[in-house]
Amino acid sequence: MDKSAGLKGFAATQVPIDAARIARFEIEEFNTAYAATLDAGKVEDWPAFFTDDALYRITGRDNADADLPVGLVLCEGIGMFKDRALAIATTMMFAPRYLQHHITNVRVLALDGEVITATANYALYQTLVDERTTLQQIGRYYDRFVRRDGTLLLQERHCVYDSLIIDTALIYPV
Amino acid sequence: MPDSAQTPHTNEPTRVWPAGGLQAIPDWVYTDPAIYQREIERIFHGRTWNFVALEAELPEPGCFKRSFVGPTPVIVARDTNGFHVFENRCAHRGAELCRPASGKATELVCPYHQWTYDLAGNLTAVPFRRGIKKQGGMPADFKLAEHNLRQLAVTTRGGVVFASFCRDLEPLEDYLGPEILADFDATFDGRPLQILGYYRNTVPGNWKMYHENLKDPYHATLLHAFLVNFGLMVAGNKSAMIVDASGRHGTMASAKPDQPMVDEASKQEMRAFSETMTLNDTRFLEYVREFTSPWSVTMQTIWPNLIVQRELNTLGVRQIVPSGPHEFLMIWTMFGFTGDSAEMTRHRLRQGNLMGPSGFLGLEDNEAMKFVQEGVVRSSTDVSYIGLGGTEEGTVDHLISEAAIRSMYRHYREVMDL
Repeated sequence: MDKSAGLKGFAATQVPIDAARIARFEIEEFNTAYAATLDAGKVEDWPAFFTDDALYRITGRDNADADLPVGLVLCEGIGMFKDRALAIATTMMFAPRYLQHHITNVRVLALDGEVITATANYALYQTLVDERTTLQQIGRYYDRFVRRDGTLLLQERHCVYDSLIIDTALIYPV
Repeated sequence: MPDSAQTPHTNEPTRVWPAGGLQAIPDWVYTDPAIYQREIERIFHGRTWNFVALEAELPEPGCFKRSFVGPTPVIVARDTNGFHVFENRCAHRGAELCRPASGKATELVCPYHQWTYDLAGNLTAVPFRRGIKKQGGMPADFKLAEHNLRQLAVTTRGGVVFASFCRDLEPLEDYLGPEILADFDATFDGRPLQILGYYRNTVPGNWKMYHENLKDPYHATLLHAFLVNFGLMVAGNKSAMIVDASGRHGTMASAKPDQPMVDEASKQEMRAFSETMTLNDTRFLEYVREFTSPWSVTMQTIWPNLIVQRELNTLGVRQIVPSGPHEFLMIWTMFGFTGDSAEMTRHRLRQGNLMGPSGFLGLEDNEAMKFVQEGVVRSSTDVSYIGLGGTEEGTVDHLISEAAIRSMYRHYREVMDL
């Protein structure tokens, strides 16, 4: 277990404090809306948080540390986001559930024009009918945001989870 | 019911199989702790070859990884003589000595009292063996060689490493039989493997359900809308559920037609079918023909702990690690081949969305098995009905039969003396 490694391409740089303060507020606003959408079960609205050429991946920290490319979920391009969202919303079979995302520790790693590189920690709680609430995942987002017309969109989101053993199935996007 | 004859917490089950033969599966095979203990002794620790690793995970001498044979933790290690598998339990006080998932070392040292083993599991050193200042130490007749880690038999084929607690087991090729070996060799065709990564998940169900699910092609065309709608596995496609002579192994095989065709009668039967469901991005359904096989999909159930997944171009092995009658851990190792182009690797990774605990198909299977375990544990009735295809057993060349499940239980009942 190499615990030092973050994800490649997500090194911390010196960020001017005023710019970081603004970026951090924008990211907090973004993540709050992102969580609210998923927690409300509006999975078909989830692709709208991403650019058309976005990359989304959920993977274990063991894979990230070993630079192994596999994704539990891997979406390349908006078409794949929409297909997954539609499948979850309409065709896939799974038990109904509530989800709650708690997103914290937003850290601005780099600013480059309209591109913001950042991380945040997340905890994802899950509640099923007649079952106790469980911690479904804890992990970290490795994000690349672009600012378009004053609004942030995700160009890249890697959800790297510490909780390496998934309980049964991970249905919704993280 | 004969259930009442069962004395709890004994290792001598007095269970009696219900009337109905192989069409009836009693709930207690999924729930009884005594049955589970007997499965460990007679199946996982018995005359079986168990998957433990891919050779590509241990690419050179000095590499080791944690693994399991049934629920039992083992270490797989490679030295200049080849692969070794031994129990991950110090001969001294029983500590599970190897903690990292994998690594490189010249020797393995138990952190508790520094008993030291080589990469074949032989004890090589014990601190203060002669005591200190003529006081203490091991008895005069203490022999290192009598305190090695428990070593298992090892065999490999096509880059896959198997181990067994049984020292006089038939060769893997005979254990698998020619029908299963053919599709195994089609997947592991000699190209060196490239590890793409891991998934791990628990399933709150009995470990046998995972075998049953992949010996049950009936569900594939009903539960999985993705298979049905995109023509990957449709009742009417060229397909087979292949069973070896012993009944324990299986291959669910299907050939993807160039133009998916679903006849009107089948559409009526399959609720999951939707004429209007289309994909925005169809790349991950593409099949690059790379195998010498008539099948585009083979899902192999290799008794007792291995699934070999060749779903179009997404490849993986799944290791079943039971942790009691009610739950098992699945360890998925996804791979490609070292000669793959960057684009082929991306294709395999994209197609990986089908499988795993978040896969379009995989998550539905896990959910369904959870539902079944909850049903067999909590309900008042106590027998499942496996009557599809009547009493037929063995290989069938269509999808609407449970013959392979019956074959598995014929073997199971013999081994388990039930």
